[in-house]
Amino acid sequence: MSEFIRVSISEEAHIAEARRHALLLARNLGFSRTDAYHLATAVTELAANIHHHAGGGEVRLRAVARRGAVGIEVVARDDGPGIADIGLALRDGFSTAGSLGCGLPGARRLMDEMEIRSEAGRGTWIRACKWIAAATAKIAC
Amino acid sequence: MKIPVLRLGAILLTSIQVDLTDTEVMQFQADVLSVIAETEGRGLAIDITALEVVDSFMARTINDTASMARLLGAEVVVCGMRPAVALTLVEMGRELIGVETTFNLDDGLARLQRKIAQRGDNALAASGSS
Repeated sequence: MSEFIRVSISEEAHIAEARRHALLLARNLGFSRTDAYHLATAVTELAANIHHHAGGGEVRLRAVARRGAVGIEVVARDDGPGIADIGLALRDGFSTAGSLGCGLPGARRLMDEMEIRSEAGRGTWIRACKWIAAATAKIAC
Repeated sequence: MKIPVLRLGAILLTSIQVDLTDTEVMQFQADVLSVIAETEGRGLAIDITALEVVDSFMARTINDTASMARLLGAEVVVCGMRPAVALTLVEMGRELIGVETTFNLDDGLARLQRKIAQRGDNALAASGSS
């Protein structure tokens, strides 16, 4: 439905760049402030994961539509070490990096949908969506 | 981006107005703690009115900074969290556990002065100067 916004994550400042793009896109689409912050925080967590665990990758954002709803799709992709146990990574309090371990499960709660594919040594691909009712959106679809 | 730490008598005041990278958040933590130690500040107010996104790293660092500041001997309040930020943090499962929060900076300063007074640092709290 629309062009991708692609943010390459190769240094820390790019995490904030991904966040800014997410906030802007959410505002342009007519997301409420809470939905926009939910999305932007989840994007921050996903981008931070790429930076901290994989060393680099990219985040792509785009507006999507389905019957009665518009949304923002986030795809976070990296060629890092992969997630050995996705179930474990989604559990609150689990971390391999000595952090609190609420980034990935937190991001999943903030988004409406999340799908994770990962292969050891090959990288990780995460697709997540946040939807709002089409009636409240600012764009026709 | 260096976050200024202002001194108001025995209370230190800092306001996060911009997006910080993780490195800048850590720098902020180090700066705040060193100013507390240098000035023997009795209270620290962290204003986050302008923050739109508090991710898990920022939340953890605010928590840690508050714990460390308390270990040094300062009381801490976080002021002005936006409602949408509060909703996001709770949804994420990340509350700012153990950090006192107030609606705004005014309330934050009043709370700090009360807490400092309760500790017996009456002169400091009342005069507002050390």
